[in-house]
Amino acid sequence: MEVYLDNSATTKVRPEVLKQMIDIDENFYGNPSSLHRMGFQIEKKIREARKSAARIIKAGDEEIYFTGGGTESNNIALTGHLANVGKMHNANVVTTKIEHPSVYNVLMHFKDKVEVRFAKLDCMGKIDLKNLEKIVDKNTVLVSVMHVNNEIGIVQELGKIAEIVKSKNKVAKIHVDAVQSYGKIIIDVTRTPVDTISFSSHKIHGPKGVGGLFIRSGVRLSPIAFGGGQEKSVRPGTENTPGIIGFGEACNLVYANFNEENQKLNELKKIYAKKLSEEIKDIKINSSLGTDGAPHILNVSFKNIRGEVLVHYLEQSGIYVSTGSACSSRAKNNRILEAINLDREYIGGTIRISLGYFNNFDEVEYVVGNIKQSVDDIRKIMK
Amino acid sequence: MYNIVAASFGEIFLKGKNRGTFENKLIKQIRLALKDFRDITIYKDSGKVFVKTENEDNMDGIIEKIRKVFGIVTISPSIKIEKDPEAIIVKSIELFKYLKDKKAFSTFKVKTTRSDKSFPIKSMEFNAEVGGRILDVFNDVTVDVHNPDIMIYIDIKKGCYISSEKIKTAGGMPVGSCGKALLLLSGGIDSSVAGYMMAKRGIEISALYFHTYPFTSERANEKVRQLKEILEEYCGKIRLFSINIIEVHKAIKKFCREEETTILARRFMMRIAERIAMENNMEMLITGESLGQVASQTMKSMIVIGNAVNMPILKPLVGMDKSEIIERARKIGTYETSILPYDDCCSVFAPDHPLINPKLESILKSESNLNVDELIEKAYSTLEIL
Repeated sequence: MEVYLDNSATTKVRPEVLKQMIDIDENFYGNPSSLHRMGFQIEKKIREARKSAARIIKAGDEEIYFTGGGTESNNIALTGHLANVGKMHNANVVTTKIEHPSVYNVLMHFKDKVEVRFAKLDCMGKIDLKNLEKIVDKNTVLVSVMHVNNEIGIVQELGKIAEIVKSKNKVAKIHVDAVQSYGKIIIDVTRTPVDTISFSSHKIHGPKGVGGLFIRSGVRLSPIAFGGGQEKSVRPGTENTPGIIGFGEACNLVYANFNEENQKLNELKKIYAKKLSEEIKDIKINSSLGTDGAPHILNVSFKNIRGEVLVHYLEQSGIYVSTGSACSSRAKNNRILEAINLDREYIGGTIRISLGYFNNFDEVEYVVGNIKQSVDDIRKIMK
Repeated sequence: MYNIVAASFGEIFLKGKNRGTFENKLIKQIRLALKDFRDITIYKDSGKVFVKTENEDNMDGIIEKIRKVFGIVTISPSIKIEKDPEAIIVKSIELFKYLKDKKAFSTFKVKTTRSDKSFPIKSMEFNAEVGGRILDVFNDVTVDVHNPDIMIYIDIKKGCYISSEKIKTAGGMPVGSCGKALLLLSGGIDSSVAGYMMAKRGIEISALYFHTYPFTSERANEKVRQLKEILEEYCGKIRLFSINIIEVHKAIKKFCREEETTILARRFMMRIAERIAMENNMEMLITGESLGQVASQTMKSMIVIGNAVNMPILKPLVGMDKSEIIERARKIGTYETSILPYDDCCSVFAPDHPLINPKLESILKSESNLNVDELIEKAYSTLEIL
């Protein structure tokens, strides 16, 4: 039996998506920039895909740009916001210490030009809004936050964050890394005044190598690459047509069943949390089971084991999870687990179960049974 | 310019009657090293091995490969030419011009070696004649027999070869000329170097890797496989065995004292290695131990670990400093792979305070709590050839 529970890392492409992609490669392989009919046909399909991606966050079609993935979207947005900030501006950027490397490292790249400020987190890993209000000031040019944390799944209060930032500084831009939340948590850009949002196809059962960037109408980004003007020069280069069309189809599938699907994931997550807590002693559920927890991410720590050993135990039964932190020594640098004050004996024994469309309730017993047996076995050997 | 590589042997000459066998082993290793090249011929001619290529562009690649073959001391990119004095002179002048175009120099020396005594001109005379003809053509150079900027070597064997450089190579003895041994290959820095050093002395190496999956990652196996491939550039084909000793560790954990873990586990490894070596006609074991480097490599630890087997254990790094070993690993090209951060079995089960001076009696006593034969059998049943 194979149970894939690493959907926050990447997901399996849905068959409907794959079918569309094959159709593009077989029948619509033309370049959308070409003048002839085949070029026009594929251009129309891209337009449809853009609509599909836009409506997930209630954006206008013209506000969606296809990119090469989440990392690229973050780079385009952050560099685009910061490239024109002069050294003399005394400017600052506000972010958190738990951002994805494709945000954190871009901001660090600009640290000589702009001061990088880190908002405090509460013991759930959520941004301390009072602290945020304090550190955003008239010199803040950009605030960058991760909507859903990839490790524990905590959901930041985007609406409140945006409200605070804009009330303190009208011209400060807000960037949201929504790679983990796109298609999982409702984002409504007509109500939430953020400026740019990154998202990715392969986290929602679309193909890898394609992502998207929302840029609010009127917001200008300095380009990071130059070329033939595709995607209105935000992301030049011949369009990844099968990727984009596949992504569009994945968006359609998400849109059609948004509530039901995410409710299912949430139920599944709660069942896993409950069963694991019942079956295994000395366990900590690090993810919130409330509305501030993403429906698909369950982060769990077991006392006195090593996460990576548990990963290898489970792979033998065809169960794929990921480690919360690579090993106890590297856990020192795991800011999210530090932020939530996880005990030393637990921190190295952390795994992340992340759910997706293909998971179902029938797997729970098999998975929990295997985790229990593995944890028991590892504890016997390691302690 | 060049169309043939001449390889000179080192110590093989010392081996008297065995020389033929050694030479054949060497040719076999050269052939293996050059298996990716087409249009080459390899042959012996009076104490040297020659690799001729139809494609001059391959020369650099061929040299790069065979400079790693043990048993060769120097290689010379050469020109093969018919054994006609005038043709040799004309070609020597041509080579001289080629060298001068590449790099300016002012003095030279011609050195003829004539193992074919039927060649009509004696070596000394021929040196003078070739040198004179070169001086006729180039008036900005002089002969300096003591400290010349460049050399022109004329080597008259069954064929005739002209060259100018002798590139120093790996040295050592042809792999396979001194027997077979089993290397305990961990994936760290030391054991690869140890394998290299013994292969250099002519040993045909097989390797044995112990892992503790699922306490280690499958990626760690991949790392060892990569190290094996790097070593194979020098050592020829290496058979890589792997054994899972998790059951041994579980038993040690359960029945023995924590500080003895490493010593006890090592004794199991040696026994398993000895068994595999014997079953595959190998006569010695090789480890990367260096005296005093870690707790399990103190003199006392080495005694206790070595006591587990009868087979002799070669420890070529025993007197080397870590920095010397690292330097050697960099030269061989294993260093970067060795330091990839996958857990090997040592790090997961390493005790916090390992014994530095283990006593054989107390280790034997601890071992008596274990069913040694059964555990070895269990481990052995996981044998895989990677």
